[in-house]
Amino acid sequence: MIALDEIDRRLLGMLVQDAGQSAGALGRRVGLSQPATWRRLRRLREAGILRGQRLRLEPGKLGFGVTVFLGVKLSRKAGVSLEAFERAVSGIPEVQRVEHVLGLYDYRLRVIARDLADFERVLRRRIMTLPGIGDVEANVLLTEERFPGPL
Amino acid sequence: MKLLFADWPIIAIIMLDDVDRRILRQLQADPTLTMPELAERARTTPARAARRVERLEAEGVIRGREAVIDWAALGFAVHVSLRITVDKAAPRALDELMAAARKVPEVVELQTFLGRVDLRLAVLARDMGHYQEVYRDRILTLPHIADIEALLTLSVVKDADEVPV
Repeated sequence: MIALDEIDRRLLGMLVQDAGQSAGALGRRVGLSQPATWRRLRRLREAGILRGQRLRLEPGKLGFGVTVFLGVKLSRKAGVSLEAFERAVSGIPEVQRVEHVLGLYDYRLRVIARDLADFERVLRRRIMTLPGIGDVEANVLLTEERFPGPL
Repeated sequence: MKLLFADWPIIAIIMLDDVDRRILRQLQADPTLTMPELAERARTTPARAARRVERLEAEGVIRGREAVIDWAALGFAVHVSLRITVDKAAPRALDELMAAARKVPEVVELQTFLGRVDLRLAVLARDMGHYQEVYRDRILTLPHIADIEALLTLSVVKDADEVPV
């Protein structure tokens, strides 16, 4: 693991806000030359800390007004294969995130839908038909905030 | 009675055609594509692709691009979801709890829900020892918590966060 200094942390924080900034623009904000900034960014990429980029969309403007978090338990009865469940659930386009978790549930899913009727369709036709599916708990997202984290 | 949905903003839905959809699919798969690459994959011309992207940005559909940080590579190996039930005895319990949670550096996500769970905090820690410390010193000390359930993330199977346009 590589050691980060204050400037590396600030660069990461700025890139999480806006990944489109050039090395020159980032450098000016932290008081470094363009080549020096570029070398730091390359080091962060090579260490696997900067893993890539993600497009930030406004789902509401595309007609996706409902996000639901699902806690899923697998059925203990049949010989359930985690791989089969994971493959099938990952293939559902409305499922944005799948985490294998330890606790009250086996999996945590983030599901996006156009409205509650559309969510019900996804739940009934795609989620409840998954191999090995057991109890499901749904919580409808009201508000969400994301933070830069311990940088 | 308090109207739950009264504060929700009315959002105008932007109509997309097939070219817009192809552009959004390709950009979600790889936001670093150059305009000629994007145009080729979306089966259009670079000039047209550029105009469409500009329009989608102006209409607020595309809000920008963010760097994805691999927290494990930074030494934060433990990722826990804390599902919190709020003690609603105090009138501003949820607001006060959220305000306090925003000040905890290890909290990376904060969501509120309609359902059995009121609030979820995503918490990062270096290892189980560090998690225990964060949990005891910064989470359990948050105000108005009635109950907490923890889910420890063992693996992330999918984290596309894509909108299925």
